[in-house]
Amino acid sequence: MSAQLKFRDVTLGYDRHPAVHHLSGEVAAGALVAVVGPNGAGKSTLFRGIVGILKPLAGVIGLGDLNPRDIAYLPQTADIDRSFPISVYDFVGTGLWRRRGIFGGLGKNEQVRITEALGAVGLSGFENRPIGTLSGGQMQRMLFTRVLLQDARVIVLDEPFNAIDAKTSADLVALVRRWHAEKRTVLAALHDMELVRANFPETLLLARSPVAWGATSEVLTAENLLAARHMCEAFDDAAAPCVEHAPSRAA
Amino acid sequence: MRLRRVSSTRRHGRHDLMIYDAVIAPFTEFEFMRRALAGVIALALGGAPIGVFLMLRRMSLVGDAMAHAILPGAAIGFLLSGLNLFAMTFGGLVAGFTVAILSGLVARATELKEDASLAAFYLVSLALGVAIVSIKGTNIDLLHVLFGNILAMDDQTLLVIAFNATITLLVLAVIYRPLVIECVDPVFLRTVSRAGAPAHLAFLALVVINLVNGFHALGTLLAVGLMILPAGIARFWSRDITGMIGIAVASAALSGFAGLLLSFHTKIPSGPAIILVCATLYVVSVLFGSVSGLVRQLFPGRHLEA
Repeated sequence: MSAQLKFRDVTLGYDRHPAVHHLSGEVAAGALVAVVGPNGAGKSTLFRGIVGILKPLAGVIGLGDLNPRDIAYLPQTADIDRSFPISVYDFVGTGLWRRRGIFGGLGKNEQVRITEALGAVGLSGFENRPIGTLSGGQMQRMLFTRVLLQDARVIVLDEPFNAIDAKTSADLVALVRRWHAEKRTVLAALHDMELVRANFPETLLLARSPVAWGATSEVLTAENLLAARHMCEAFDDAAAPCVEHAPSRAA
Repeated sequence: MRLRRVSSTRRHGRHDLMIYDAVIAPFTEFEFMRRALAGVIALALGGAPIGVFLMLRRMSLVGDAMAHAILPGAAIGFLLSGLNLFAMTFGGLVAGFTVAILSGLVARATELKEDASLAAFYLVSLALGVAIVSIKGTNIDLLHVLFGNILAMDDQTLLVIAFNATITLLVLAVIYRPLVIECVDPVFLRTVSRAGAPAHLAFLALVVINLVNGFHALGTLLAVGLMILPAGIARFWSRDITGMIGIAVASAALSGFAGLLLSFHTKIPSGPAIILVCATLYVVSVLFGSVSGLVRQLFPGRHLEA
């Protein structure tokens, strides 16, 4: 299996303060990777780096021949104006942007795909509802529909099952497994260790610096989790520039 | 509806004849009224959709701020070459674009929000304009700059307004999809496309063009009225952006028509008359609107089964 994503000594952060520090490693094409770690561990920052809305402070994120705009990204707190007068149908239709662009019309083909995608996440019948009338769970289902329609080779989900009931998260996990079966590369930031153990073969444990990365059962040990909890400290405003080069983790 | 009935049966009754005299005759008899009507309809077509987007982006007051930013530019044009249409249009456009683009760039490049950076820039340009005016001395004609006079509009001005409205509709058609997505979910647009920033800047340019447009008819101080009030009206009647744009354009055109008549019969200046009619429609919408109107909220009827 070839590598889909390559991290070479990547440091990501804000105002020169690292939020992800010296990350190296590879994600194989078709991998299903859970990214776990305490709050503030840099999970969201890493994802923003991958999809190209945050430039690394140092190091390189290699995507191979993939355009970062072809990665489907589900942010943690979607910055969505829910009062905007747009229907569920039109909203998820924006997932076809890469294919239809500014002007492309939505032909019969696309309309069928949108209807199917809404059906696949259990939102049939919601087509004409304004997005502001959806509940939290329905909103998340709608965002998954858009990811589904983006039809991307790499999918990045930032805490997709937060504040979602068991039924909804089970449905959405099934969708993630389907993407995995379709050989798409999926990265998801998660807090529910049971869910990770049950569904994700590979795990990256992140606490600003990577703690462990590999098979889930080997990564999610008590010692590793404890170590991760101790490694997250607040930004030090007086911190000196980082000169140390972490031993690069050969992948 | 009333109009159709009136025109078809106007020979049949004194009463209908009076309505004809009041509503139709001013436009058939006076060319300046016809020209003014064409002007407000063009303003409605261009300005109302822009107003809807301003409102949805929570930039309603930003529009107002930009209208003030246009004043010094237009005033400089006026002081250099008198009541010259092109000098004032050009001055207004330059001042408006400068403020819009600089504030847009500052908002995108720094953490300052758009409204704050715009406030900074328009205050500067307003102060600058007032300073220049006071150096050159004041003039009564400046009242024209401040409040406009749609009834005194000449053919050239009408053509400029129609041209700007056409440009607005064309550009809006081009940037419509990215603009809508940028309003709903800006992060998503950033991850799939680079169209966000150009669409945003083009939109700000359209705001300026339409403010300058409104400035010719209604003056700097009321120019934003035919953009924001119709948008507010539309919000109370539709849950869909397409419907909102249609309603906004219709209510702006209706306000223009009724406002011109009000001005014709009462000698209220045309600009305030148009805005007052629009404000009346707005109050009616706030009270009786089908989407979250007050009366509907107070008497919602029995709750539904599912």
